[in-house]
Amino acid sequence: MTMTEDPKNAPSYKWVGSRSIRPDGLDKVTGKARFGADLKLPNMLEGAVTRSPHAHARIVSIDTSAAEAMPGVHAVITAADLPDLAEAGAKTDDVFMSAKVLARDKVLWEGHPVAAVAATSREQARAAADAIDVVYETLPHVLTVDEALADGAPVLHDTMITKGADPVPEHASNAASRALHERGELDKGFADADLVLEREYTTKPVHQGYIEPHACVADAGQDGRAELFVSSQGHFSMRAMTATTLGWEPSQLNVTPAEIGGGFGGKTTIYLEPLAVRLSTKAGRPVRLVMDRGEVFKATGPTSGSRMKIKMGVTNDGQITAAEVWMAFEAGAFPGSPVGAAAMTAIACYDIPNFVVEGFDVVCNKPKVAAYRAPGAPIIAYGIESIIDELAKGIEMDPIDLRLKNAAVEGTQASYGPQFPRIGFVETLEAIRDSEHYKSPVPEGCGRGMASGFWFNIGGNSTATVHINEDGNVNVITGSPDIGGSRASMALFAAEEFGIDVDRVSANIADTQTIGFNDVTGGSRVTLATGSVVIDCCRAIKEDLRRRAAKTWDCEVDDVEWVDGQAQHASGTETPLSLADLAAKAPRTGGPISVTKSNNVRGAGAGFTTQLVDVEVDDELGVCRVVRYTTAQDAGKAIHPSYVEGQMQGGVVQGIGWAFNEEYIHRPDGTLDNPSFLDYRIPVASDLPMIETIVVEVPNPNHPYGVRGVGEAGIVPPMAAIANAIDDAVDCRLVDLPMSPVRLLDAINQRGE
Amino acid sequence: MSRTHVSCNINGDDVDFLSESGGSLLNALRDDVGLMGVKEGCGTGDCGACSVLMDDRVTCACLIFAPEAEGRSIVTIEGLAGADELHPLQQCFLEGAALQCGVCTPGFLMAAKALLDNNPNPTETEVRYALAGNLCRCTGYDKIIRSVLDAAEGMRQNGAQA
Repeated sequence: MTMTEDPKNAPSYKWVGSRSIRPDGLDKVTGKARFGADLKLPNMLEGAVTRSPHAHARIVSIDTSAAEAMPGVHAVITAADLPDLAEAGAKTDDVFMSAKVLARDKVLWEGHPVAAVAATSREQARAAADAIDVVYETLPHVLTVDEALADGAPVLHDTMITKGADPVPEHASNAASRALHERGELDKGFADADLVLEREYTTKPVHQGYIEPHACVADAGQDGRAELFVSSQGHFSMRAMTATTLGWEPSQLNVTPAEIGGGFGGKTTIYLEPLAVRLSTKAGRPVRLVMDRGEVFKATGPTSGSRMKIKMGVTNDGQITAAEVWMAFEAGAFPGSPVGAAAMTAIACYDIPNFVVEGFDVVCNKPKVAAYRAPGAPIIAYGIESIIDELAKGIEMDPIDLRLKNAAVEGTQASYGPQFPRIGFVETLEAIRDSEHYKSPVPEGCGRGMASGFWFNIGGNSTATVHINEDGNVNVITGSPDIGGSRASMALFAAEEFGIDVDRVSANIADTQTIGFNDVTGGSRVTLATGSVVIDCCRAIKEDLRRRAAKTWDCEVDDVEWVDGQAQHASGTETPLSLADLAAKAPRTGGPISVTKSNNVRGAGAGFTTQLVDVEVDDELGVCRVVRYTTAQDAGKAIHPSYVEGQMQGGVVQGIGWAFNEEYIHRPDGTLDNPSFLDYRIPVASDLPMIETIVVEVPNPNHPYGVRGVGEAGIVPPMAAIANAIDDAVDCRLVDLPMSPVRLLDAINQRGE
Repeated sequence: MSRTHVSCNINGDDVDFLSESGGSLLNALRDDVGLMGVKEGCGTGDCGACSVLMDDRVTCACLIFAPEAEGRSIVTIEGLAGADELHPLQQCFLEGAALQCGVCTPGFLMAAKALLDNNPNPTETEVRYALAGNLCRCTGYDKIIRSVLDAAEGMRQNGAQA
């Protein structure tokens, strides 16, 4: 279902908003699509990585001689084969990135790479990687923010002083940085409240869980250049990061994007790529590196585990007067948790006059976290949306009414700084309130809960080229990897702009030497930003086509209009010239028809969602099941409604997994106990009902078609919505994720104690 | 390293290959036969991305030793479509937007084919349980389930006309 803000005055489109077949669909249903591990080059070697078995240890020595002597082995590398960026005076973040891909002095988590091998088969490479003799001196480890921040905790990085702390600490600690947002007078705010609640919440690290493991193929030449084929969310940033760790210039690498088998933020950073290139330069042959699932779990980014303390006050008539939020997020081995974004998003849905939001980025002996869908926002929303539900119950107000009363609207100064332009938060609340689901009785034996969520959405740097082929068909080329159907949107934009059938548009993604720079596919930016640049290209070409038609007709450009895929003379005296006609005449009217545009696109429109869930709790087993789920999200404008719904549904179901099952379980020795899809259980089809979607369309005034971006907000509310529903069902308030059967049963058994 | 000679039928063709000792059917299909549509998501039978039909039964190729395929008939995603026509499941997946990244899609299509070959009129619940061995992280399964139900209905109608 789609709910448009002002249906009578909404512009009508032929292609934008239709459900076309995606350009890459055929290859993906026939097995032809080539993902990261699917390239096989002549003479190619296979690689394997030697990883730390310890959570924290000093590397005493690495002896690679036995591995090098093994049959079929062509190259072995350690950190000694990469430039020492610390010695070179590089930025701290780059030093950490280099140490992440190949440990230099210390290993900081189980799975930390220490060496890599290239050999003639995977089995030989694996055997050689296992034969590398690394002597470790183990060190005490810390696994959680509580352990990492404790007095006397072992410190991972002995020069790390907490950034943003006041006063500046004298000693190194595991707190990498502090984020702070504040406004008004907290004490006065709480004094004005009739009900003040204080709660603590915890969450565990969860993995993005993409089905395709990380994979790449590197092919280095003798000229100091290399080709890299990699599955990622941004081949330009893979190029930049890989080059930095190799001490190369980015232009020495040409990176070709493979089809990407899921990313959700986790494929925005490097792991294998510099290793593959270095192995290739050393062996003089192409090298393929592919992770197995255990390596994906142990050595690639989950998102943070956390501890949060939240205090919030409300008046009896439903005015939230103050909020005090403290949170600490696990960054893993190196700084860079999404606590900054969590602090910005924490109370962004609401207009609260007095608040302090404080967040700490804390390192510990787990894999360095990577971005995961709306990074940071779902974690803090679990706490915020749970405590708001409790406040609503406490003052006996409907939770939607409480949110409506405090909702951020156009003109509200966002808690993180800027003033909101037109936003659609209220519309998502109203969509749920007016839904058949909300009006229906709660099924027997079930509980119902709701929660809301926010994500900024972003713009950023994009480049696109649009060519008109000599037959009048259109090629759209961008540099934004398509992770969830964006080629379909690019094709629809072009079809709409030119007024031609979408089947006449081919949408493509080019390598780093063929198209100009593009930022990563992330932040829900591609349909907005890359889409804007594609539209700019199409509009420039339409101008060019009008000029060419005017030249043909020997008239003024202003006398030529572009209507339904053809140039028309305003007087109607000339036979219209179609795209194919103009393409055929191109050599005589100025040469090939092609435009490239680039831009750092601004004006992203904030995205909001409100979600409603019914759960059934088995209070003997502690098993909780979602029986009905409805999500309303403001897309601005749904360019391809099926893929907008798909993003909403996918985000919700990842949230359902986070709510019930997913967590990293570490043994006391710091090793991961569940690095497989058997033991790290993501939702399967039989766990779930259909996910009902309401696409709200409050157009973003800064985009030609009103796009906001839809990839991320959907994962923000589910954990809190489910916690609220469980509380409604069995009168148990769960404050720790995941809300697994064991935890839920404990809570049920302790009820009323 | 010793290798084992394996003869089987793959997508209608008689095929011979040499399997490394201890090698899986998944590795043989990808590396030796060159059928890259069979995907590895886990290598431990938990994700279903490598689902193929072995003697009409849906099977994780990563859990089968390649020599076990001796004399058997294997169908992979590369064998699902006709020369000029997609299988109805493939067509419905395209029309129903049942894929986002697409890496799990070959496995889902093979598992769904195995279901519909045995049960042309499944309920939603039956589809959900038949596909519970296949992980998809992008879609939340909604559009996959709908597309399989749509394909089943279309195939029943065509069958009734035929």
